[in-house]
Amino acid sequence: MRPLDENETTVVFEKIFKFVGNNLKNIVENPSHEGPEPEAGRYCFRLQRNRVFYVSESLVKRATNISRKNLISLGTCIGKYTHAGSFHLTIMSLNLLAANAKHKVWLKPTSEMSFLYGNHVLKGGLGRITDSIVPGDGVVVFSMSDVPLGFGIAAKSTQDCRKLDPNGIVVLHQADIGEYLRDEDEL
Amino acid sequence: MVLTRSSKKAPKPQTPPVKNLSKAQTPPLSKAEKPQTLTSKKGAKSQKKPPLKKQKKDVVVEEEEVSDVESEEIDESDDGEKGSNGFFSDDDGEELLGDDFLEGSGDEEEVLSSDSDSDSDEDDIQKESEAIDRAKAKEEEDADAELLDFNKEAGPEEHETFRLPTQEELEEEARGPPDLPLLQSRIKEIVRALSNFNVLRPKGASRKECVEQLKTDLASYYGYNSFLIGALFELFPPVELMEIIEAFEKQRPTSIRTNTLKTRRRDLADVLLNRGVNLDPLSKWSKVGLVVYDSQVPIGATPEYLAGYYMLQGASSFLPVMALAPKENERIVDVAAAPGGKTTYVAALMKNTGLIFANEMKVPRLKSLTANLHRMGVTNTIVCNYDGRELPKVLGERSVDRVLLDAPCSGTGVISKDESVKTSKSLEDIKRFAHLQKQLLLAAIDLVDATSKTGGYIVYSTCSLMVAENEAVIDYALKKRNVQLVKTGLDFGQDGYRRFREHRFHPSLKQTKRFYPHVHNMDGFFVAKLKKMSNMKQASEDDDEAVETVEQADVSSDDDEEAEAMEEMEKLSVPSKQPKENKERLAKSKEKKKGKKDGKSKSINVERKPKKKRSDWKKEIAQAREEKRRAMRENSKGKQ
Repeated sequence: MRPLDENETTVVFEKIFKFVGNNLKNIVENPSHEGPEPEAGRYCFRLQRNRVFYVSESLVKRATNISRKNLISLGTCIGKYTHAGSFHLTIMSLNLLAANAKHKVWLKPTSEMSFLYGNHVLKGGLGRITDSIVPGDGVVVFSMSDVPLGFGIAAKSTQDCRKLDPNGIVVLHQADIGEYLRDEDEL
Repeated sequence: MVLTRSSKKAPKPQTPPVKNLSKAQTPPLSKAEKPQTLTSKKGAKSQKKPPLKKQKKDVVVEEEEVSDVESEEIDESDDGEKGSNGFFSDDDGEELLGDDFLEGSGDEEEVLSSDSDSDSDEDDIQKESEAIDRAKAKEEEDADAELLDFNKEAGPEEHETFRLPTQEELEEEARGPPDLPLLQSRIKEIVRALSNFNVLRPKGASRKECVEQLKTDLASYYGYNSFLIGALFELFPPVELMEIIEAFEKQRPTSIRTNTLKTRRRDLADVLLNRGVNLDPLSKWSKVGLVVYDSQVPIGATPEYLAGYYMLQGASSFLPVMALAPKENERIVDVAAAPGGKTTYVAALMKNTGLIFANEMKVPRLKSLTANLHRMGVTNTIVCNYDGRELPKVLGERSVDRVLLDAPCSGTGVISKDESVKTSKSLEDIKRFAHLQKQLLLAAIDLVDATSKTGGYIVYSTCSLMVAENEAVIDYALKKRNVQLVKTGLDFGQDGYRRFREHRFHPSLKQTKRFYPHVHNMDGFFVAKLKKMSNMKQASEDDDEAVETVEQADVSSDDDEEAEAMEEMEKLSVPSKQPKENKERLAKSKEKKKGKKDGKSKSINVERKPKKKRSDWKKEIAQAREEKRRAMRENSKGKQ
């Protein structure tokens, strides 16, 4: 387990910034109540076995006892580095993103299952959408009852969405909670 | 009723005086007209009256004769079922009955004319009621006797056809595929015979033969190996054994646990009901459990499940976490955490504060553990991959507040989930598991900090019914470490065994809990909660070894003195909110070591110590202890 170095930190922050924008400050400076001390510590990022973890400092201190090959996970895993060296956010970061997301999309009940199978979000399945979405922004997908379902990249801006035909893709799928069942091994 | 009546029949009375009496009784008939009609319709009631009258001891002889006559007549009517109508049309007979119903009292009035009317009335009513009671009692007795008779009659009849199969019959059976109906009927017969063996034993068969035959039949009918059937036989009497085996054949109801980090049970229930899931709250002892009867959508694949709002978890798995009762901002270790149901429950109870170490030894199970933790939104957990016995070295001894040890076991309590347990477990497996569990429990105890302000507890649980994996392991830990059993906090469930066959365990083992599928409708489970009294070990540091050696005995005697000194210091230094408790605990632990009151442990300690240097040690130890005892008494007197 080691802290992220400069490059890695920038890459990770960039990815998160797409989804949360200025709330990135909240994420980094969130007081954490984890750990046995009654005072709140801070969160930090750590790299372990190509996975980036968002974890409270007090946990980090106590995890130093555990040797590298025996440490599997700390706190929340937010993403992993591929062999090629690029960083992807995984579904396990959903809670963190959903709490701080700037761009959101709500799906109709009929198209929930389709998204959970890994398909992209189509215009016909769109219930609500926040304004000021630019293509290429990170979007968090919710169900109508505000259950976070996953996230993706916006394909069209909000304005364009209105003009789109029902089969047009609005959000490109990146990760959804159905992966807990479909891709258990990948996680 | 015919039988009882015939047995009650008194010797036939003389007829002439009866007729005279009956004629004398005819005038007051007018009163009795209504009851006549009643009695004509309610034949049963009228039948009861004559025997009543017979039993009245102070009844006039004439009355008895009358009643006898009537009983005869009614018997005749009973014998000829259709003839009863004819009988009832016989007004005289009816009138006689009607007379007797009311006239009994009338007769007494006539006879006991000296008494005042009201008294005689009360007396009559009293006597009638007593008579009715007696009649009822007698009927019940007769009914019981009949039942016994029936058993005896039916029993021997059937037993004449039912006897244990001979050798040739067994060989014949073994040749073809097992004849299931025959096996089933034989099992039932033997169980019935065993339940009341003196009365119902089959001819020429000893109890042992019956038991052996039952075991083989059960094994082949339900698919168990002989070891497991034998083990279950030791735990339960035959009737309960049948119940539990039948319970193992069926699935326990599916239950889910609400994730209180993300939602409330009520809201979750609403959402799931909308999806078409038929569910109910689990039971009154759980605020987060729901039981699922049936569902239109797969319960393990709803969007709510995937979003981490609930977890599929058996009801029995709630219990060790409820016993553990973790508080916020504590450090907890879960020694065998996969697939993470209990760990996530612990985190939910702690509201994501504090710190949990979730350890799992098998690598393939780690993925599901991590996935479940993330899905349920648990952020205060560190997942590591160690053998549980190494954890004290890695995490440091006395480093955490509570430990949950859901030990790997033979799984004999969850046969309904995994049928392969029926055939795959043998005595060696059980022994191996027991050895591993003992080591793990000692390691878990070492992890806990006894001086923790809020904690100091270890919960040990298994999903097995075997005493060797449950009570024996706890008893071992009680001897090897300074821990005590405390109440689990679960107010249902059966108490653990204090003694079982040749084993004698520490009396506090009554506070452990056992759960059975046929009694509590959840998987077989065992839960025990230990409190660590002090950080001193009674045995040597090599806690992996289950066998004591000479050196250990040496060390233990030294440790005793050191430990006592340490405990005294601890007692003074630790802010004792309850000095009495401390003293008691100390006294208890001292007595344990001394083996004064707890004769069992003393004898066992004595057995373990080698006999070579015993006499020397004993003197030294006894002297040291006496001095300490004197010092303690002075201290306590001083404090008080």
